[in-house]
Amino acid sequence: MSIAPPSDTLVNVLWIPAGLSCDGDSVSLTAAAQPAIEEIALQAIPGLPKVKFYWPLIEYSTGDEFLQAFFKAERGEMDPFVLVLEGSIANEAIKSEGYWTGFGNKAGSDQPRTFSDWIDALAPKAWAVLAAGTCATYGGIHAMAGNPTGAMGALDYLGWDWKSSAGVPIVCVPGCPVQPDNMSETILYLLWQAAGRAPMIPLDEAGRPQWLFGNTVHEGCDRGSYYEQGQFAETYDSPKCLVKLGCWGPTVKCNVPKRGWMGGVGGCPNVGGICIGCTMPGFPDKFMPFMDEPPGGHLSSTLIGGYGALIRQLRSFTTHTLDKEPKWRHKGTQLTTGYNPRRGA
Amino acid sequence: MAVQARPQSGTSAAQSRLVEMSWDPITRIVGSLGIYTKIDFGQKVVAECHSTSSIFRGYSIFMKGKDPRDAHFITSRICGICGDNHAACSVYGQNMAFGVRPPHLGEWVLNLGEAAEYMFDHNIFQENLVGVDFCEQMVRETNPSVWEKAKAKQAPNAGIHGYKTIADIMAALNPFTGDFYREALTASRYTREMFCLMEGRHVHPSTVYAGGMGTVATHQLFTDYYTRLMRYIEHMKRAVPLHDDLFDFMYEALPGYEHVGERRILLGCWGAFQDPEYCDFDYKNMTNWGRKMFVTPGVVVDGKLVTNDLVQINLGIRILLGSSYYDDWQSQETFVPNDPLGNPVDRRHPWNMHTNPRPQKRDFNNNYSWVMSPRWFDGKDHLALDTGGGPLARLWSTALSGLVDIGYIKATGNSVVINLPKSVLSGATSFEWKIPKWSNTIERDRARTYFQAYAAAAALHFLDKSFEELQAGRTRTWEPFTVPQDAIGCGFTEAVRGVLSHHMVIRDGKIANYHPWPPTPWNANPRDIYGTPGPYEDAVQGCPLFEENGPENFKGIDIMRTVRSFDPCLPCGVHMYVGGGKTIETVHSPLAPFG
Repeated sequence: MSIAPPSDTLVNVLWIPAGLSCDGDSVSLTAAAQPAIEEIALQAIPGLPKVKFYWPLIEYSTGDEFLQAFFKAERGEMDPFVLVLEGSIANEAIKSEGYWTGFGNKAGSDQPRTFSDWIDALAPKAWAVLAAGTCATYGGIHAMAGNPTGAMGALDYLGWDWKSSAGVPIVCVPGCPVQPDNMSETILYLLWQAAGRAPMIPLDEAGRPQWLFGNTVHEGCDRGSYYEQGQFAETYDSPKCLVKLGCWGPTVKCNVPKRGWMGGVGGCPNVGGICIGCTMPGFPDKFMPFMDEPPGGHLSSTLIGGYGALIRQLRSFTTHTLDKEPKWRHKGTQLTTGYNPRRGA
Repeated sequence: MAVQARPQSGTSAAQSRLVEMSWDPITRIVGSLGIYTKIDFGQKVVAECHSTSSIFRGYSIFMKGKDPRDAHFITSRICGICGDNHAACSVYGQNMAFGVRPPHLGEWVLNLGEAAEYMFDHNIFQENLVGVDFCEQMVRETNPSVWEKAKAKQAPNAGIHGYKTIADIMAALNPFTGDFYREALTASRYTREMFCLMEGRHVHPSTVYAGGMGTVATHQLFTDYYTRLMRYIEHMKRAVPLHDDLFDFMYEALPGYEHVGERRILLGCWGAFQDPEYCDFDYKNMTNWGRKMFVTPGVVVDGKLVTNDLVQINLGIRILLGSSYYDDWQSQETFVPNDPLGNPVDRRHPWNMHTNPRPQKRDFNNNYSWVMSPRWFDGKDHLALDTGGGPLARLWSTALSGLVDIGYIKATGNSVVINLPKSVLSGATSFEWKIPKWSNTIERDRARTYFQAYAAAAALHFLDKSFEELQAGRTRTWEPFTVPQDAIGCGFTEAVRGVLSHHMVIRDGKIANYHPWPPTPWNANPRDIYGTPGPYEDAVQGCPLFEENGPENFKGIDIMRTVRSFDPCLPCGVHMYVGGGKTIETVHSPLAPFG
């Protein structure tokens, strides 16, 4: 089998962080190491196409040329391109004038061009739309009840059944912010797909890559065994299972406790932080108040209580036995290991 | 090329060529920033500057009625690079409102997390974002004569950092191809791992709560942090002398460069790192425990310390309108007429303000920004304090107060001494940051590199204290509390790029009013109701220009260096037009050569 040579295809990545965002997903991507952004940009992974990023975070240029790439994309001169959206999409239609959020100015105007206006112009031309972070995917924090901007996610704005001209549904990498490697790995996959080296990206019903979001927090949490043994934290600094203190891990789709936050370090319930469901379309309202026990938590933790206590007792007997060395390890003139040279020979 | 030039009245066109130029958006900040200027190419000076923000999200509105314990989970999301500073500030305010004092170890763990944030954030900003403004590629394009001088100039500290000439330093800062640029990117990752050890995840922490931390404190936790910290200290022993060489050279190569980004010394610092021995989060004792913080709060005017009393600092904050898209709140409710000490609290104070957004057309002669204008009232004037990008105000305030003395760090009254221990490749090293003559672009940038060393030195102290607690068997990091029906709270800290306050009012057990005031609004605000420009506007307006390019291929490098010296969260794509939108920029994407 031959090594996949670098592809000659050029894929442009146009990144607009100008939704209602904190730029945390851009920042997160700089933390990624699996792969690191420089490895993608340098085609340092076999099979990657040529990639050119138009990503404001590390952009050298200070000129209109940066925006020109976006205007060119609008004119169909940047194909194929991946459009990365960061931040929730404010509803600009609910007011008579002004703007909630803008990105540069409208051509020939002194007024800002809104994020939604850019999406209207670019999404129909994009090879794929990648929504980075929960704000861009489902609305997130800025779409919380009582918000004044009417914010929403890309699925709400473009439609849950929306597909790009290349037939790719909206690719959603939720997380507040995105786990760094989840983001860089999804970019890598899309670039491979664009180069014809991977099949259609497998997504779940909410647009999430299946291999990253197919399991619950609980299924990957190293405190899950405390749950199984019916041991629940009563204070936030306890090393035990946090479900009674507000952790939604058993019901939330996310791989962070398993993967760690970066370099295998950190995470959420595995290191003492309740899961507040930040990868879910129902975030944040359906998880608030964050520090109250989830409604189902009481029932499930009560049910597991008796079973867990029994299991814990039995395991402690076994552990006690395993904590003792075998009796033949001793000093003296006698060998008691059971070794028999005649039989053994 | 059509450049829109207008002769100034009273001067000839040859002497004074006024050109409208704008950079919009400066996208690397939370809430996009635009800088609109009139530049006099005859006199080589910025004649006028307006700063505008193009985002509104409405935190103070949608937080109303929410559970007060959720405040830090929500407000962390304000900022994607220093969200944890918001979380920390919010739990300080919650602790005050709930009347809870975390166990000492919990506070040390939070301090270690926050120290790692400074180490990471200043590092990536300084080398990977600001550094690009001083890299070979940029200097060649903006000031070819400076590049020639840099090639000839031996770096005084070459023996320490390994770069023979200033040009070698500049080349090392080239995006991606520069080796110091790449070293810094790596440092930004292991410092974030240090952060994650203490606060769970970056940038919105998972283990921070009112009452303390969810982090399980073990020897392994602190050892994992220690080993990475010592790697960073090794890095900083080279980074500080490297930047001294670079910045000293700028003054030498371009006489008069001290006036770039210079403004009156008007600095605010709200203090950082609580000392759990003293901090009980009781407002009535805030003057005392504020002065025990490991970065001393202070207001510095014309080089003199006006106050280091957090109560006085708190009461002096005023939020002014004037050029922003909000309606006033004069007819609306006053939540907190008096503070817990009985002092009157102004209607324009964050405890009493209301957020009434009114989207409208941008008009530089009227309203032009989503940012309000925070000011500090000294009893006479509404001062437009800036943060010096964070480090300049922190070091200045700490130096003048002379209160910090922990072995690794000593504030002397006119300087700050930072002592770093032996590491793998180098012996013990001391740095001394001395109060500079100016509050300007170069000194904001220089202070940043020194403060990175400061944060590392402070972390060594926090580790010592953590081990003390651990070895004494005091391993608790969180203390239970109950949420009162009615209460007020405030938190003060230093976000990476400067002053941060959170003010909360609780009624019927819910949030009735919540107003965070982060550093960027202090720096990036528009003209207030009195016509006083915000700090960016002030620092850019009147800025002399040293760039060798004319209007045809002007990059605005001195203006960009000035804006970035304030650390507007993250700088980058800045977009320039001349006159009627005529583009004069060419693009130089750092990734382009590799694509």
